[in-house]
Amino acid sequence: MIEVKHIFKSYDGNFVLNDVSVKFEQGKCNLIIGRSGSGKTVLLKSIVGLIEVDEGEIWYNDQRFSHMNTKERQIIRKEMGVLFQGAALFDSLTVVENVMFPLDMLTSMSGPEKLERVNFCLERVKVSGSNKLFPAELSGGMKKRVAIARAISMNPRYLFCDEPNSGLDPETGIVIDNLIKELTQEFNMTTIVNSHDMNSVLEIGDNVVFIYEGCKCWEGTGHEVLKSDNEALNNFVFATNMARRLKEK
Amino acid sequence: MRFLFHIGSYFLLMRRAFSRPEKFSAIYRQTMREIEKVGINSFSIVVIISLFVGAVITIQTNFNIENPLLPKYLIGVTVRDSLLLEFSSTMVALILAGKVGSSIASELGMMRVTEQIDALEVMGINSASYLVLPKMIAAVLFFPILCLLSMIVGIAGGYLSCVLGDVIPPAQYIQGIQYAFQPYYISYALTKMAFYALITTSLSSYLGYHVKGGALEVGKASTKAVVQSSVLILLANLVLTRIILQ
Repeated sequence: MIEVKHIFKSYDGNFVLNDVSVKFEQGKCNLIIGRSGSGKTVLLKSIVGLIEVDEGEIWYNDQRFSHMNTKERQIIRKEMGVLFQGAALFDSLTVVENVMFPLDMLTSMSGPEKLERVNFCLERVKVSGSNKLFPAELSGGMKKRVAIARAISMNPRYLFCDEPNSGLDPETGIVIDNLIKELTQEFNMTTIVNSHDMNSVLEIGDNVVFIYEGCKCWEGTGHEVLKSDNEALNNFVFATNMARRLKEK
Repeated sequence: MRFLFHIGSYFLLMRRAFSRPEKFSAIYRQTMREIEKVGINSFSIVVIISLFVGAVITIQTNFNIENPLLPKYLIGVTVRDSLLLEFSSTMVALILAGKVGSSIASELGMMRVTEQIDALEVMGINSASYLVLPKMIAAVLFFPILCLLSMIVGIAGGYLSCVLGDVIPPAQYIQGIQYAFQPYYISYALTKMAFYALITTSLSSYLGYHVKGGALEVGKASTKAVVQSSVLILLANLVLTRIILQ
């Protein structure tokens, strides 16, 4: 479980996160949703420690991550898998080398063991026949799959995904969403997904947190989103005329 | 204040770069890759420039020595000392600051904006040590080799201009190259070159590592890396020459 307690973050006096407190449970897909610029990415990056919060605490189970030094954090970071918005694959490494990278750097596994693990992860995300390709030679969806394979290569306890289906067509986006959900349940991970995609909310949102102007505005399940009477949430969810008409019906 | 902030950030990055890496074998592999990028790929530019500069210094020195009482072998002495004392270290370092410095800043800058550095950090890998240290080791090892190469090729360029251009008799040129030779000049040049390597790689890495924004900022960091490295190389040249040749 990951718990965020009363965190604040500001840039030049403007609050990007304003007293946000959330619990993200294990074995569930926890979604953070909100408009662009609402503070979702800052929240996610604060949770993984890429951004330091001004105030508040971040807990990984019973460990207070926000007050740890770099070395202590590195121990927890070895249990994290992160899927970045642009996949963040290493340009100079092939698909296999990218997935093998954390194993190379952080484990003492033998060559065949590492290769076996890499092949397992790549098969799990349904990427085959592309082992020797470089990231520049992959499509957007393939990059995301390889990035997921890299994220799960170390058997993480925590999986973080920053807009996993941005830049993908709806069909591929749903495939990636379902993959994240399956992996979460299979490995019993605590998964946090940043998204502003309503398909993702309905498809995989076990627990949904709506962030509005840096504050936690609403929390519930993916299906409760549609029935909520929260005005800001409704404006976000039913942003199009078609969605509004459907709701009225 | 901004200057002090950058000085502080620079030393913090250096402290992280020199801290214990996760795996020494990975740093070794990266260093070998960097030696190819920083060193071996710079061979051709150093050879071409040194060859022509050696030839041109020979022709110009001959052109400017009009006094018939001065022996012709002094041209060889002048070419040798110009190359050993300044050209092969400082001028080559300035050229390498352009080639290597911009390449390092843009590579790290792109890694920053595409979140590849963040990816390393969240894996629990010290990105500064993994990315910056191998570049610095490779440059400190290889810049002096490029300096030696430049000395040899520059002197050979002067010799070729004597043979092909009939500037002075080649025997007199060779006599000049050997006349009153001070081996100390070579160690002086190599020491300077090692310092220049540190300046170029660390500064360019710092500028690339801390890029914020997109392609425009990466381009700006790359330009800054070349300009600031060049200025610092010239400053270091003055300081080191004062200290070493005192």
